[in-house]
Amino acid sequence: MGDIMSKFDKKTMILGIETSCDETAAAVVENGTKIRSNVVASQIQSHKRFGGVVPEVASRHHVEQFTLVCEKALEDAKATWSDLDAIAVTQGPGLVGALLIGVNGAKALSLAHGLPLVPVHHITGHIYANRLAGNMQFPLIALIVSGGHTELIYMKEHGSYEIIGATRDDAAGEAFDKVARTLDLPYPGGPEIDRLAKAGEPNIKLPRAWLEPDSYDFSFSGLKSAVINTVHNAKQRGKTVDKADLAASFQESVVDVLVTKTMNAAKAYHVRQVLVAGGVAANQGLRSSMAKACEEADMPLSIPPFSLCTDNAAMIAAAGTIGFLKGTSADMALNGKPGLNIEEF
Amino acid sequence: MNVLAIDSSNLVMGVAVVNNQKVLGELITNVKKNHSVRLMPAIEQILRDVDMTPNGLDRIAVAHGPGSYTGVRIGVTIAKTLAWTLNKELVGVSSLEVLAQNGRSFNGYVVPFFDARRGQVYTGLYKSANGIVKAVEPDKLTMLDMWLTQLAKLGEPLLFLSNDLDKHSEMIDKYCGALACLAELTGHNPRPSELAWLGLQREPVQDIHLFTPQYLQLAEAEAKWLANRERS
Ligand SMILES: [Zn+2]
Repeated sequence: MGDIMSKFDKKTMILGIETSCDETAAAVVENGTKIRSNVVASQIQSHKRFGGVVPEVASRHHVEQFTLVCEKALEDAKATWSDLDAIAVTQGPGLVGALLIGVNGAKALSLAHGLPLVPVHHITGHIYANRLAGNMQFPLIALIVSGGHTELIYMKEHGSYEIIGATRDDAAGEAFDKVARTLDLPYPGGPEIDRLAKAGEPNIKLPRAWLEPDSYDFSFSGLKSAVINTVHNAKQRGKTVDKADLAASFQESVVDVLVTKTMNAAKAYHVRQVLVAGGVAANQGLRSSMAKACEEADMPLSIPPFSLCTDNAAMIAAAGTIGFLKGTSADMALNGKPGLNIEEF
Repeated sequence: MNVLAIDSSNLVMGVAVVNNQKVLGELITNVKKNHSVRLMPAIEQILRDVDMTPNGLDRIAVAHGPGSYTGVRIGVTIAKTLAWTLNKELVGVSSLEVLAQNGRSFNGYVVPFFDARRGQVYTGLYKSANGIVKAVEPDKLTMLDMWLTQLAKLGEPLLFLSNDLDKHSEMIDKYCGALACLAELTGHNPRPSELAWLGLQREPVQDIHLFTPQYLQLAEAEAKWLANRERS
């Protein structure tokens, strides 16, 4: 298994397109591993006004940016349409109105140039961001942590996904955002908590939801409520909580559960690699704890560089390369699917 | 010149290929189905049926709104992307102006409208004379009762065109009475061939990248944000 001399090592050039949330992105990736271009038009400044992503506003921006990012991606890659083998596009999950722009734009490109159209599951994109930075060794356990997802996925080979654990309530990134709002931190809250946690001490006792002993599922709503209660109780007693200490304590609690469950799964499934992916993979606290745990267990670890943790199209092109080589393709009736399931994929 | 017309701005979905004065093909449906699933297959089919490759097109004409936000975006995204990537011309035409063309044989005011919920309509005032239909007032989003009051004051025959006529015929009768003419059954679907024909006569857009839908309305969150900012 692994990357050695398989059909997944063929020469390819794929244009990736990503519009599932608030980034309009296009990228060209060679052989599923080498980034030729990676263009992201972020809408973060626009959504900042509202304290979160507004779907209708996101969809409007996608229409404004779509052809621009595609043009820049080809230019940066010094590629022409005839250099490409396929167009890979995020089909879901995500905001339905946002997904539709990428999907329909990609279909138009596919028809115009007679190129195969490869639908990609957004989370597989986050996983394959790792292949742009190094090797993937199978079997592996992938921890997916983002604003919408917290999942442990077992991959026995390229393009094979088995969910062994998932959140039962809030996603990790969602908990970060809500806690940031409680602490009056600016949007987006995740990076702010990470920054603040570095300056604080994890000296406030907060719960960790381990659930059943053999479960790889997660739960963060109890922790989130505990943070809100801590702030609330202090206020009632006329005291203030040290924000940095609370951020550090909260972050430690989240990271502790994420790392412990991932390492337990890695042992139980006898994997050759642990992989971390998704927006929260940019969290410094998580990166260093995971690195330490993997080193102690002598387990190879892969985390994408910061630039590839947030939504981008290079990761979609990388995942799309696997789909393309497996023969996955869609016709002109392809639709965006907000609740797309990775296991059916 | 070969023009591909694309309209998914409302419930009616239409695509057509027009070669100068000849309508080579036209496909229209008026059913509640998903434009995101059906529009590209319809474009693929009409091109195949008229033996044209995407590259054989010279111009794309798209109904740029008003209408359903999602529907307008699907049409505009596809039209924009095709025009940009194939290096073809792009023209945007009002969805209401396309519908108003169905009043060409009428002499007098033509009033196309699309229901916009909560008593509102997307509408415009057009005038038809000697087979030419031209805009008199720009398209807008307005309360239907206010609009009808204004129209009644014109004191001239008004031809109403809309697939949502059933829903509002009583109100039209109440405000406009005998001035109101209701088009025949076949007059209420916007025709993509009319869109192509209008598109043939317009100047193409200068910069395809900057082409955007005509929503005629801010996103709700944005309107609220602006209102709040003005208050403070
Ligand atoms: Zn993501």
